[in-house]
Amino acid sequence: MSVNPAKKHRPLAPAGSALNNKTGAWRTHRPIVDPQLCVGCSLCAKLCPDSCILMKKNPAGKLKAEPDYDYCKGCGLCAAECPVKAIKMVKDY
Amino acid sequence: MGKYQNHHLTPGHNACAGCGQLSAVQAVMRALTADTILVNATGCLEVTTTAHPQSAWQLPWLHSLFENAAPVASGIKAALKKKKRPTKVVIQAGDGGTYDIGLGLISGMWERGDEILYICYDTESYSNTGIQASGSTPWGANTVTTPTGKNSSGAQQNKKDMMSIALAHGLSYVAQSTAAFPDDISNKVKKALATPGPSYIQILTPCVPGWKIKTDETIKAARLAVQSGLYPLLEYVGGQLSASSINNNFQAQPVDNYLLMQGRYRHLKPKEIAQIQNIADKNLQIYKI
Repeated sequence: MSVNPAKKHRPLAPAGSALNNKTGAWRTHRPIVDPQLCVGCSLCAKLCPDSCILMKKNPAGKLKAEPDYDYCKGCGLCAAECPVKAIKMVKDY
Repeated sequence: MGKYQNHHLTPGHNACAGCGQLSAVQAVMRALTADTILVNATGCLEVTTTAHPQSAWQLPWLHSLFENAAPVASGIKAALKKKKRPTKVVIQAGDGGTYDIGLGLISGMWERGDEILYICYDTESYSNTGIQASGSTPWGANTVTTPTGKNSSGAQQNKKDMMSIALAHGLSYVAQSTAAFPDDISNKVKKALATPGPSYIQILTPCVPGWKIKTDETIKAARLAVQSGLYPLLEYVGGQLSASSINNNFQAQPVDNYLLMQGRYRHLKPKEIAQIQNIADKNLQIYKI
């Protein structure tokens, strides 16, 4: 984002520009979803503090959880709360 | 912005991994329509989502002084009223901005009866500045201003009853929830916005560094707070208790499970835990429906 020198006021932050901040670099553990076990309940997507688990339909039309590793900080909440234990945390370094 | 265009709060904010507050904020955001103006008090939510020159918000969002969220929202509502716009105004603040610093100005807003939803994310301390005790810090909690030691077992004051303060102002909708129940939060926000007049929602949001818990334990802590009876899910419509988690099916768990998982309570002796158990037992009487 550039500052217009003609206008000396501080520029406003564009909506959603925090998406440039790839917080995935914070991660030490990575959540891996087992699509065989995932029942598509969306609880992980609802609880994720970074709202970076997206529910996507697979070719069979079933909802499956898909973490976005660009932003996932690796907190492990999704794995701890998954009612069918479909998410495992593995070392990411 | 691509796959996140429908998110009112995008990823890329700087909150701690596993933050209980941001988890609750996501539930609140899912309940809001695009025709909403947000006002933020100073706190974790403000600093983590708007690190200049970036913003994680995709709704109109405003921050003024720490204590000033309520009057700023009143001003926005007055302008919207003049323009005959149905836009909703929602204030988000932490417990420091609600229980202590903004209390007088919140009281003024409720006195004026402005149709504004006030949401307090209750982390039971000033998390943003390094875990100092606030009016919301419960008895026995270890914070940097209520340290434990030979002559002290943490905070010696009881948690301020903000729900009763809100009810005393005659609000039409007052509710309490915790971060472990995202659907409950979303439903309560929708209900509050559909109720005419001012409304207040208080959400317990565990804080990883403040409560000294692991990053994947924030939701567990918020759930145990409800199951022990220390922080029940409540809803008051027109000043009357209309819904409560302490109903006929409720089986209270001992407070030990909730307290001993947290580092801020790890110093408590059995006698002191019994004292906190008394608070939970009293809640079972007060909030029974």
